[in-house]
Amino acid sequence: MRAARLIARMDIKGPNLIKGIHLEGLRIIGDPQEFARRYYEQGADELVYIDIVASLYGRNSLGDIVARTARDVFVPMTVGGGLRSVDDVRQMLRTGADKVAINTAAIRRPELISEISRTFGSQCMVLGVEAKQSGPGRWEAFTDNGREPTGFDVVEWCSRAAGLGAGEILLTSVDREGTRKGFDTALIAAVTAAVSVPVIASGGMGTTGHMVDAFAVGTDAVAMADVLHYGRLTISAVRDAAVAAGLNVRHRAEQLA
Amino acid sequence: MSGSASTVHVVDYGVGNLYSVARAIERSGGLAKLTSDPVEIAEAERLLLPGVGAFQDGMLGLKRAGVETAIHDFARSGRPMLGICLGMQMLATESTEHGHHDGLGIIPGRVEAIPTNGLDGNRHKVPFVGWAKLEATQQQKFVGTVLDGLDAEDAVYLVHSFQFKPDCANHRLAVYLYDGMPVTACVRQGNIIGCQFHPEKSAGVGLGIIRRFLTR
Repeated sequence: MRAARLIARMDIKGPNLIKGIHLEGLRIIGDPQEFARRYYEQGADELVYIDIVASLYGRNSLGDIVARTARDVFVPMTVGGGLRSVDDVRQMLRTGADKVAINTAAIRRPELISEISRTFGSQCMVLGVEAKQSGPGRWEAFTDNGREPTGFDVVEWCSRAAGLGAGEILLTSVDREGTRKGFDTALIAAVTAAVSVPVIASGGMGTTGHMVDAFAVGTDAVAMADVLHYGRLTISAVRDAAVAAGLNVRHRAEQLA
Repeated sequence: MSGSASTVHVVDYGVGNLYSVARAIERSGGLAKLTSDPVEIAEAERLLLPGVGAFQDGMLGLKRAGVETAIHDFARSGRPMLGICLGMQMLATESTEHGHHDGLGIIPGRVEAIPTNGLDGNRHKVPFVGWAKLEATQQQKFVGTVLDGLDAEDAVYLVHSFQFKPDCANHRLAVYLYDGMPVTACVRQGNIIGCQFHPEKSAGVGLGIIRRFLTR
């Protein structure tokens, strides 16, 4: 049975953990390092940091946040936002990231996917996708927090990127993001059917039932943000629900502070 | 840092997230020193060979850094050595990842692709990415190794498309089951241990394994 992963996603703006709805209307939540530690202790299988304004304004304090987090968090960390080159990636891996998520730079120059994958291994190259529904059973890839259309069809783009060497896909539904109305299961089903690399479903988790729905349509991992940041659920509670639903998650994941 | 802390020399040959490995060693009570100096490597108290990425690149990295002979010398010394992920696979005689490539040949065996179907015959995803429980093999028990004391539910983090198949079944210390199919998670030959999983990314379970490596 597929290993199911529970991932805490933290969107960053400057020094702060933030949260929006449809990736907009951002509110400050707090100190990212403090939340990262809490999620590690609750048993998150991985952490994802995305600097959501880096593509717009250039890079900022993300590297510092990652370095500080890597001091006390011993699970894999994926970092994205504004990474444009193999050198940017190398720098972020040295800082403490294990994988990088690439969206805008990959859309502009898809060969970057192959360059990163060849240099650091495909396990390191996560394709970041911001998907918006454009019609029945169709989604378009966006950049810059769902503001800039690319003309790329999400399913075609994911399978092309996997062919170029992307080892994993962080699939964010902009339509569902921050709404707590559940994942876009049709989107997840369409992408997981098209690619053989693992998919992380992101955007819309409001209840543990939503998590079960996402795994039922083929995702390999779920990313949670709002539901954790506002304390509506803990990772431990989500894990208990996953076990009860018969999913193949890690047991006894809580870490002592 | 107290003078009694174990020192681990981590081979720095240009690949891998050395920061995480060093941090995990320190959190487990040891002292981490990154090095590409053959003399330091050959004379280290404990040696850690990290690595992620492609096999061929890793071997080229070792050659360019000029540390191959020193690693062989260390392996023969009987002092504790730990290879992680690609650092574990490079202990093998050869790999079939993207062609045919010679490894260090410290533990006889081959690195092969993980089959794309499980025992149930259904296609499953490769690379395997995620957490898995470690199972002892019939030939070896965890007692007295870095895996000593692991609980049946304890899981570790792995991400890989290829696995190390030792020629001698006795060298396979632990596996995990991927859709019923055993995949090599840990190899051991005397003082030399290789972990396919990332102890430095396996939370408390992984830090415990590093702690045992520091004290054995």
